[in-house]
Amino acid sequence: MTQKQQIFALFFCCALFIFFIDMLRRRKLREEYSILWFLTFAFMFLLVLKYDWLVLLTDFIGAKMPTTTLFFFSLAFLMLISIQFSIKISNLTNKLKNLVQENAMMRYSIDKLEAEKEKNE
Amino acid sequence: MPAFNEERKISEIIRKVQGLHKDLDILVVNDGSEDNTAQKARETGVKVISHPFNMGYGVAVQTGYKLALREGYDIIVQIDADGQHDPENINRVLNPVLSGEVDYVLGSRFLDKNSYSPELTRRLGMFMFSKIVSWITDKRVYDPTSGYIAFNKKVLEFFCCDSFPNDYPDANMLVEIYYAGFSMKEVSVKMYENEEGKTMHSGMRPVYYVYKMLISIMVAILRKKLGYK
Repeated sequence: MTQKQQIFALFFCCALFIFFIDMLRRRKLREEYSILWFLTFAFMFLLVLKYDWLVLLTDFIGAKMPTTTLFFFSLAFLMLISIQFSIKISNLTNKLKNLVQENAMMRYSIDKLEAEKEKNE
Repeated sequence: MPAFNEERKISEIIRKVQGLHKDLDILVVNDGSEDNTAQKARETGVKVISHPFNMGYGVAVQTGYKLALREGYDIIVQIDADGQHDPENINRVLNPVLSGEVDYVLGSRFLDKNSYSPELTRRLGMFMFSKIVSWITDKRVYDPTSGYIAFNKKVLEFFCCDSFPNDYPDANMLVEIYYAGFSMKEVSVKMYENEEGKTMHSGMRPVYYVYKMLISIMVAILRKKLGYK
């Protein structure tokens, strides 16, 4: 990796990390959803600084070019993040369903009580 | 009776059920209709529970189950509000549950010669799921997607679980109740075609429906084999 490429990669990592921290600060992103993003930045940062490790990892997974390793792990992280979101959405859907049902039943009970009250009056 | 935008038919269907079965308590689950479905239903004097917005057929029927369980009902009959299910056949689906013969009764349009015949592609899909459910339950099931059902309190409690599907509780639920150890019976019922041509299976939905049913059935089998409840 040339020094120019390394500087660009580090700059890109730092910019994304600052953006990510700022999102957390402004409460646009919740801390509990940040773990995989944080790991992605840490991993990218480490591989850019320790180029030898990237070469070792490239040999280990049987790839020919270090860039292939980077692309592979980028895709893997994106997939993991998508799966994490799918799990969260499924969980939220279930909670929303229960909430809507509870809301409907409460409204039903209130209407019933009000009707009884009107009848008694 | 789950209902979504059924203001044109709902009063007629409810009055027909009321005329035939004075002893039944009728509950309409208005699934966030944008028309006057809830109002029309209320005018007939039945119980109406409304979702604040549309949540899908599965959520609507489960809301009805949860309310029935909360209010202490022992037996449920479920019919659609669009007039496809003939209310005259309620006794046919209800009686085997009332007598304690079985836990769950499924109305089948294919056992009644006077029922309408769905279009070929839908018939093929129904045939495929009929074969799959029959193979798994080791019992001939002709119409696993009719939605005309009756069941007792044990099944009612089972259906109030979190894993109940939000969209299509059809063939997959037959597999689930079979694995849960409930007894099941199919009886003939008359079904009509939707007069307005409305269907839950328009556009790309049939593709999703087939996928959803197959994956749900596969997951039910895996849960059974691997012992996950």
